[in-house]
Parts: sequence; C-alpha cells; structure tokens
Amino acid sequence: MSAIDAAAGPRPRRSPGRRRRADDVAGLGRLRAGGFVAPALALIGLFLVFPAVWTIYLGMTNYRLTGLAAANPEFVGLDNFASALTDDAFWHSLWLTLIFVLVSGVIGQTLLGFSIAWALRHVRGWAKSVIETLVLAAWVVPASVASFLWLALLDRRTGTLNALLGTEGTAWLIEYPMVSIIVFNVWVGTAFSMLLFSSALAAVPPSQLESARMVGAGSWQQLRDVVLPNIRGHILTNTLLITLWTFNTFTPYLLTAGGPRDESAILAVYIYTTAIPGGQLGMGAAISLIMLLINLVIALGYLRVARAASGGSR
Amino acid sequence: MTGEPVLPQASDGPAPRPATPAPSLGRRMVRHYLSRVLFVVAMGLVLAFFALPMLWLVTAPFDADPSLTVGWPDWTLANFARIAENRYALGSLRNSLILGLGTMALVLTLGSLAAYALSRVRIPGRDGLLYALLLLSSIVTGTAAMVPTFQLITQIGLINTQIGVILVLAGGVLPTVIFILKDFMDSIPKSYEESARLYGASPLQILTHVVVPTARPGLAFVAVWTVVQVWGNFLVPFLLLRTPESQPAAVLMYTFYTEGGQPDLRLLSAFSLVFSVPVIAMYFLVNRRYGFRFHGGIKS
Repeated sequence: MSAIDAAAGPRPRRSPGRRRRADDVAGLGRLRAGGFVAPALALIGLFLVFPAVWTIYLGMTNYRLTGLAAANPEFVGLDNFASALTDDAFWHSLWLTLIFVLVSGVIGQTLLGFSIAWALRHVRGWAKSVIETLVLAAWVVPASVASFLWLALLDRRTGTLNALLGTEGTAWLIEYPMVSIIVFNVWVGTAFSMLLFSSALAAVPPSQLESARMVGAGSWQQLRDVVLPNIRGHILTNTLLITLWTFNTFTPYLLTAGGPRDESAILAVYIYTTAIPGGQLGMGAAISLIMLLINLVIALGYLRVARAASGGSR
Repeated sequence: MTGEPVLPQASDGPAPRPATPAPSLGRRMVRHYLSRVLFVVAMGLVLAFFALPMLWLVTAPFDADPSLTVGWPDWTLANFARIAENRYALGSLRNSLILGLGTMALVLTLGSLAAYALSRVRIPGRDGLLYALLLLSSIVTGTAAMVPTFQLITQIGLINTQIGVILVLAGGVLPTVIFILKDFMDSIPKSYEESARLYGASPLQILTHVVVPTARPGLAFVAVWTVVQVWGNFLVPFLLLRTPESQPAAVLMYTFYTEGGQPDLRLLSAFSLVFSVPVIAMYFLVNRRYGFRFHGGIKS
C-alpha cells in the first residue's frame, strides 16, 4: 500500500473498515496505525532503550577499550559496583555533582530566573527586552561557543574578568574550578527558569493580588501569601527539570575537563574520563547505571507532579 | 478605587494578612526611592553578568588583532576569511548542517507518522506507551548512556560516520518530537479527515494532503527545535566521530584551542560567530512566531 507499510514488515492485510472504531476518522485501523508507529519505536528501541538495558550487562563485565579484556570481556558480576562504591574518587565525584546541581541548578538558576521574571513583570520596553534577549542568547548559543566565551572571560593573563577586577594573574579555572563551572552553568541555564516563571507570574489571578494590596500587603507579603502558593506547581516542575538537566550536563568538561586533579569532575565527566580516555568501559557502564537510576528517580518525581497537575483541579 | 475594600475572592490561596500600620509619608518616599535605586542596580548587575561573556563574541570577530580581553575593535572583516583558509573549518560547518538536516528529516518523517497514528487510533496501551516514552527520553541521556552507545555504534560499524551520529541523535529526540506533534495533531478537527475520506482518500493521502498542511506550524516548530538541538550537541559527535574531517563545528571548534596550545583567536572568534548566528536566528524566529512552549522542556 505504501513504502512505509512495506518497511514495517509483512503482515496480513485486512480491510481497513473492519475494525475501525468510532474515533478512527482517518480509517487507519489498528494494524496500520501500528505500522505508522513501528519505525519510530524501532529507532527509539535501538538507540535509547537498548543502550539503557545494555548498560546493565556492560556494567557487569570487565570490558576495556583496548587490550585482552577488549577482545574477551569477562563477566565479573557486581565487582564493578562494589569497587565503584568503595572508591573515594566515585564518592568525591558524586559529592561534587550534588553541590553542582544544588548550587548552580536548584539555587542559582531557579532563584536568578525567578528574580528576573519577578523584577521585570511590570517593566515594559527596551530594558525588558534587552535583558530577556541576553539571558535567552546565553541559553541558545551552542555549548562549545558558550564555554569558549567563558574561557576567554576567565583567562589568567588577558581575561576580561581579571582586567575588570584588577586581579591580574588569577587562574579562576584552576584556583576555583567548582565555582567557575557553577557560575558558568547559572549563566547558561537561567533562561529556562526565567521563561517558565514569567508565564507563571502572568497567570496569577490579578484579583487576588488586588485584594492583597487593598488590605495593605507589601511586595514581600504579596509574594509569600499570594504568588508563591499560586505557582507552587511551576516551582516544582522547574526544580525537577533543572535538577535532571544539571545532573546530566557534560558541558563543564569543556571548561575544566574535570581538572585540576578531578576537583571539578562531576559525574558526567567522571564517567567519560573513566570509560573513554581511561579505557575502563565496564567500570564506566557501572557508574552510568547508577546515574540512570538517579535519573529514573528524578524523572518519576517529575511525571508524578506533571500528572497531578494535569489531572487535578488545576 | 472608591467604596468598600473588595473582599478576597474564594480561592485556594491563603487569606491576605491584616494591614500593617502605614509609615509616615517621608519615610515612604525614602523607601520608594531606595527600592528604585536598588532595583536599577540589581538589574544592572544582571545585565553585566549576562552581557560580559557575550561581548567578546560580538567584538572580537571584527577586531584586526583580537585578544581575550573585550575591547573596542579595530574594525575589519579579514578574520572571516580565515575560516575559508582553515583546512577543516568549512567542512565542519557542512558536517553540522548534514547532522542537523539529516536528523531533522528522519525525526520529522518517523515522528509525524507515529504521532498521527497515536493521535487518531486508540492503540491498546497507548497512554502507557506515551508515559514510558516521556520517562525514557528524560532518563536515558547522552551522558548516562555514553558507554553502551559508543559500544553499539562501534559494533554495528557506524563509528566515525555521520549516519551513526544521526541515528543516535534521532533516537534521543524522537520521544519528545512525538509528544509535541501528537499535541498539534490532537488539535486538528477530525471533520477535515472525514470529508477527505468521503472523497475516497487513503490514510496516507489524508496524512500528506490534509494533516501535514494543517499541522505545518507544529512541524516547523519541531524542525527548528531539532536543528537547534543537534547544532549545539557536543557529546555525541565528540564520542562517535574521531577524525577532524568528519567532526561538526561544535567539536572541531574545541580542537582549535587545545591542539596547538595557543588558540588562533582570529579564526576562533569569527568561527564562533558564524557558528552561533544561525541557531540564534532560528530560535528567535520560532520564539516570535509560535511563542515559547513547555513540552517537557525546549532545550535539554
């Protein structure tokens, strides 16, 4: 019938009308609908589901990039997990990731994004669009360019920051690697929170704010008693998404490559350095699995919130 | 604002707090001006924070002798000529284009077919499938799955090929794309298809002649969104493409300043700008035309 149908594999043809349901206006039929969905599912299955499942197996082998264990990987059971969980470098990396997610994502991006949205909620004209455009541009610029801009800004000898602050010769990326990648990540990611909170604030019922003003509530009281309860769902959504994205970002690698001496090796970077330059694919996969499990927990939390929001009174 | 104070309307928010005694007029004025000044200072700081790194991107490419310090440029366009002189620079932009357009074509075709079927036919377990897709796309990220992805692409012989990168990227964005498109297709009135069917159109004809033209804003949005995602992606091509001839701009750029030790600032600055402009332009175009939508996040 069509190239797409043929590509989905041979299967018995059936008259399309026979199993049509009332809501199937296109007369697609379940089988053909399945044929429409199948190619996409095949791709997702091969390049998204399969790697996730294979991580479990790889994590239990001593797979290496080169050498004997590359040709004949041995099954080592839970050894990788045991050695990861007893390795100080792993816990150090997990601890750095926690700080990174908490400070740059949950606190930095959320607070700064909300503050900008809050501050600009009544502002109109060029000032608003200049600030919004800049924040958005930082978000849209490709990660490689963004990280080079920060390498230029923070450069030891001729960086703009040292010139401005008069701190000639301060190697920010070496002396304060974690602070650097945290500030960098706030710069890159604040736009999302700003956009989300701008639209959330616009949806707060004006009548409630009006009433609060009538009884003499100041800005701070309005924020606490009217606005925050109204946008609770948005705050939760924002926090969970930011947590997930910050947890999984690899871009800090471009600034510090995890260095110096693993001082900024957040989990994503730690997996890379263990698996590819370090050649320990099995070990890297084991740590990946731990990362996947953490992702799963955050994502389940997010879906719960999203479901409650769409199914509830909201 | 005359008459009695309006009573708070019934709502789930807590009742406003009782009024605090009003301060004297003079103190109110001082407080008012103080808060204005604080506001302007705070906004100035935010502006500086976001503008400072960006200044280099807009000044250095036009500076005859760019340094890492931001300064008023000594205007020239000669730096852009260096892009053509570099052995790999133009090729890497072409690679970025191949990856972006290739992923977009694949994702649009497979995504719209799947989204259409999911929107119009109650396949058993549809809601569960959509739920699983959303979950999957957010937990299996390039970072967490880099080892098996690298292994998989090596095993099937697609390492160092553009098609390998396209397949991996397409697999990663497809769940989100199906989601966005299903949303758009749900909003297409079913009467359009009913009348097409009256005239004897086949499902595929309905899809190409009725649904696709009507869902064009959604398709355009997804197309641009996909290109933006792929254009900036660093990790997947960094893992899977090992030679400078095959690498896209995002990866090649990074080698401009690690290989020789000394970065070539004239090339790097001009290249950064050329590489960034399309994606910024596309993003603002989409943002202006279709507005910002929250389909589980626009940028991952």
